[in-house]
Amino acid sequence: MPVATYLKEIDKDSSNLIKALQTVQKHEGFISDENLKELAEYFSMPPVEVEGVVSFYAQFKRSKPGQFIISVCDGTACHIKGSDLVKNWITEETGIESGETDDEGVFSVETVACLGCCSLAPVMAVNGKVHGNLSRKKVQKTLRQYREEAHND
Amino acid sequence: MIKRIKVGTASCGIAAGADEVYDYLSKNVTDHDVVEVGCIGHCYAEPLVEVETEDRSYFFENVEPTEEDLKNILDVGEEKRLTFRKERKDKELLKVSRLAGRIVPTSLQEYKENGGYQALEKALEMDPDNVVEEVKNSGLRGRGGGGFPTGIKWGLLAAKEDETKILICNADEGDPGAFMDKSLMECVPHQVMEGMLIAAHATGASEVFIYVRAEYPRAIEHLTTAIDQIIENKINVLNGKEIGIQVKEGAGAFVCGEETAMIHSLEGKRGMPRFRPPYPTDDGYKGHPTVINNVESYANVPVIISEGADEYSKVGTEGSKGTKLFALAGDLEYTGIVEVPMGITIGEIVYDIGGAEKGSVKAVQIGGPSGGCIPAKHFDTPVDYDSLNSLGAIMGSGGLIVIGNNRCMVETARYFLDFTARESCGKCTFCRVGNMRLLETLERITKGNGTQADIDLLEDLGPKIVDGSLCGLGQTAPNPVLSTLRFFKDEYKAHVEDKVCPALVCNDLVEIEIDHDTCIECMACVKTCPVDAISDDIEVDVDTCTRCNSCIEVCPVDAISRIPLRGE
Ligand SMILES: Cc1cc2nc3c(=O)[nH]c(=O)nc-3n(C[C@H](O)[C@H](O)[C@H](O)COP(=O)(O)O)c2cc1C
Ligand code: FES
Repeated sequence: MPVATYLKEIDKDSSNLIKALQTVQKHEGFISDENLKELAEYFSMPPVEVEGVVSFYAQFKRSKPGQFIISVCDGTACHIKGSDLVKNWITEETGIESGETDDEGVFSVETVACLGCCSLAPVMAVNGKVHGNLSRKKVQKTLRQYREEAHND
Repeated sequence: MIKRIKVGTASCGIAAGADEVYDYLSKNVTDHDVVEVGCIGHCYAEPLVEVETEDRSYFFENVEPTEEDLKNILDVGEEKRLTFRKERKDKELLKVSRLAGRIVPTSLQEYKENGGYQALEKALEMDPDNVVEEVKNSGLRGRGGGGFPTGIKWGLLAAKEDETKILICNADEGDPGAFMDKSLMECVPHQVMEGMLIAAHATGASEVFIYVRAEYPRAIEHLTTAIDQIIENKINVLNGKEIGIQVKEGAGAFVCGEETAMIHSLEGKRGMPRFRPPYPTDDGYKGHPTVINNVESYANVPVIISEGADEYSKVGTEGSKGTKLFALAGDLEYTGIVEVPMGITIGEIVYDIGGAEKGSVKAVQIGGPSGGCIPAKHFDTPVDYDSLNSLGAIMGSGGLIVIGNNRCMVETARYFLDFTARESCGKCTFCRVGNMRLLETLERITKGNGTQADIDLLEDLGPKIVDGSLCGLGQTAPNPVLSTLRFFKDEYKAHVEDKVCPALVCNDLVEIEIDHDTCIECMACVKTCPVDAISDDIEVDVDTCTRCNSCIEVCPVDAISRIPLRGE
């Protein structure tokens, strides 16, 4: 879909570029080359400048993520409580590592710094829902539930 | 008589299952109101339910959505009743976070019933200069890490004649292990806004921005609701002048917490810091004079105006006034958010409030990746800006991670360097390349390939990065390394000279041992091992083993342990 449809309410002032990118990503899941060009046109700026902003911020994705985005917390509290193990457990369960998306497009894994639930460390979030006090079993169970949900859709 | 039932659904509560508890209670409780509130700071007890009766409140911890817990709550039964530990009650001083978790965060009415916006009213009757003066006299220093006196900053902005003046609330909370600002925004968004509006009156600002980390969706939601209410009720019209308010979402870059980088990010650009001066008060957002303060700094302002600078400054030490919020996490029992008077010792926070066992703690990391560690032997250090600086740590924004004896300090330093090296914006050579070299050196040491020359390199390069970097990120990035080197050099030496990780954390320096005398041959480890490193006769193949600890976890008789790697 052309991005302009989402951007109606966003003023064409270039200070709104980040907001516009966030809006596009919310709808499309990522920023495609096409979107990027359209955004550049919308704000009357060169595409490289838009790309420069996109590449600077960790939030923006340039390829299509899976249906469920697993964000493993590697903040300080989670790190000392074993986020490395959590990453291993997730890899065992999904076959992918941080930064990857599986072939079926069900899961993507990313590493983030602190979800602000440090008192329940170690934690991960799946599509924004935080799961705390993780153990290997809990990771397995949680991800299997999501996988089932994906298959049911 | 029960008045109403409150469920703590801040994000810590939700992560522990508070949503399910809230749904269950709302469905099954018909005689009383069930409402969602924020977090009272006792995160270890989540999901937490408060029963408000005519004369007092009862708290219930770790509530589950079950008939049993429901009955217990309605009867105000003993089961799961949370009694606040005396040690914590005696040491805490709730001023800024007084209402957090006690009121419905998105209810303007409730905030007002509890004294909300009275400070703004009072301020509006005062001359702006007097408000600035009051904040100066309170001794409030910035809670975002730097500790710059807030009143002085406001005075600089107030003196500007410009038509457009900007206020920014720094809600980027980048320290990975801190969540005080998040809690304030989720639980008392109106208090943060009240502080900003008082600041707008005092400085003559015409527009305010709140720059919030994208990882905090609930904080954004509550702030947005609060702002809608403010605009609807014209609370943002200060003596006839309307103040524009906008929430801006960050996009995941730690460096954007630095004030000049934040301004660039708000302008829609790459969040690169720039040289100061000119300071934002001279050249800020789109060239307008700008002041940036932290969430907690703003949340202090209504308290100062309400009780007056004299009363406010009675709490604290000579150079650090008022209270400070800390996010307590790591190796201790009572994790959560605490508010303590400045001048309290680290030990009081860790042992008395946090319930950590004496002797089980090696150090605390304060101030996150820009901060330093403070070893247990210095736990009598008072929490104030100057005492912490003298130990090579910083107050920081309030992340306080307790590090138990079973953690490796070299690996902890490596962790922080990994974080800052990745987050460096790349502008300064020392920060971009220097931190990467520090990281590689630390990696070498944790892998057992380090030499004395590596330790020398860390000690030599660290201070150069501090000197050679433009912004606070680079200037503070070596702190975790330098402070662990200062207090835990023996651990570095053990890694380098003996190739031993004393805490048995660094995977390349440990192996897994099965004690065959204790082993009952249940084969649980053999079945569990994800890489099939344990043979049918229950021997571990060191080369295949990834030290993932899965076998240790499943062993029913604790026959498996980590031991220092044996040489060939
Ligand atoms: C790399 C870096 C990250 C920072 N992150 C934050 C942050 O997350 N929150 C914050 O309030 N201040 C942060 N600061 C400090 C701000 O630059 C600024 O000093 C502060 O927002 C001023 O507000 P205050 O005076 O109320 O503390 C950071 C500074 C640096 C150099
Ligand atoms: S460190 Fe993981 S939630 Fe804060």
